[in-house]
Amino acid sequence: MKIDPIHQFNIEPLFTLGHIGNHTIAFTNSSLFMLIAVLLIALLMLASGRELVPGRLQSVAEISYEFVASTIRSTAGSEGMKFFPLIFSLFMFLCVSNLVGVIPYTFTIASHLIVTAALALLVFFTVLIYGLYKNGLKFFSIFVPHGVPIYILPLVMFIEVLSFFLRPVSHSVRLFANMLAGHIALKVFAGFVAMLGFSLGALGWFGGVLPLALTIALYALELLVAFLQAYVFAILTCIYLNDAIHPGH
Amino acid sequence: MAESHGEAKGQKAGAHTEADGGHHGGAFPPFDSSNFASQLVSLAIAFVALYLIVSRIALPRVGGTIDARQNKIEGDLAEAQKLKDESDAALKAYETELANARANAQAIGNETREKLNAASEAERKALEEKLAAKLADAEKQIATTRTNAMSNVRGIAADAAGAIVQQLAGVTPDANAVNSAVDASLKG
Repeated sequence: MKIDPIHQFNIEPLFTLGHIGNHTIAFTNSSLFMLIAVLLIALLMLASGRELVPGRLQSVAEISYEFVASTIRSTAGSEGMKFFPLIFSLFMFLCVSNLVGVIPYTFTIASHLIVTAALALLVFFTVLIYGLYKNGLKFFSIFVPHGVPIYILPLVMFIEVLSFFLRPVSHSVRLFANMLAGHIALKVFAGFVAMLGFSLGALGWFGGVLPLALTIALYALELLVAFLQAYVFAILTCIYLNDAIHPGH
Repeated sequence: MAESHGEAKGQKAGAHTEADGGHHGGAFPPFDSSNFASQLVSLAIAFVALYLIVSRIALPRVGGTIDARQNKIEGDLAEAQKLKDESDAALKAYETELANARANAQAIGNETREKLNAASEAERKALEEKLAAKLADAEKQIATTRTNAMSNVRGIAADAAGAIVQQLAGVTPDANAVNSAVDASLKG
């Protein structure tokens, strides 16, 4: 029994959709789980009732709605509600796909940097374009903090500009690395249980208790991380959008 | 910081895969650029579809339900407030009515008492007047009687004086002299 904690991240093409240039566009397991996430969200939001007194499914749908709405209002103000559909889509897409991803034998979309980078760049360009569209050149005042002495202003501005352009990097890598590392750790510890059980017989069965307990604890942690990283991604999006909406702080 | 962490993990894990024999030419799957295009295309399709579903149907639907509930709750609260105000007003009207009735009752009582007082006062006055008149009459009668009696006393005194003078002197005195003597003596 050998442990291959990387196997879970393999992209397996299921069938080919077509070609763009010399790239083959395939419908992969990743595509399948993106589709599953979209369908689950659609099911949650559309199949829930519209009762005055909500049932369980409707409660979940309404709690998600109000949770995202209050997050936006508290970080980006009521003007941020313009981006409600975007942030709701981002949060739900990541939350649902991450939660589906912790089920064994599934695939975690956010464990691929290209996916998180694409989403982070979507946010980055939304902030940049909306900020410039709404505030014009005043948008660049986010690089000039108030109350900084003039002789260190160039340095501060340089740091601000750098951090602004590094936002998509940290935004995407945070999510990607968390999902990747968590899943690898989970797989390694779960693998130990099987390895001990298969190789050492009765002693192994006994010895497997510790890694099993760790696996359970890690699994609980991963459930938390799955939600938390989606939330962190969404709240950072709100904070970045707040810069675009209110560049004067 | 986070990036370098992920990078390090990736490299370590990649090395591990290679050591295991590697299925995909040894590349660590998350950094295997050969599947980037497929993932980007499916992500774009999935996310755009999700965005459209969310923005066009899901959020208006759920938001509408929440708003409808909010409106219903506010409407019900307003209705309850209205009913409470109405009952308060009714209570106030009742209390005003009660106070009015009480005031009326008191007024009627006072009026009756005053009327009765006035009537008894008037009766008492009439009685007193009547008694006073009777008293005055009686006093007048007494005075008349006394005057009459007094005049009778004068006549009797004059007669008696004339008779006494005749007996003593044998002369019938002049009536006028007797009368004036009697008057003087009655006065003295």
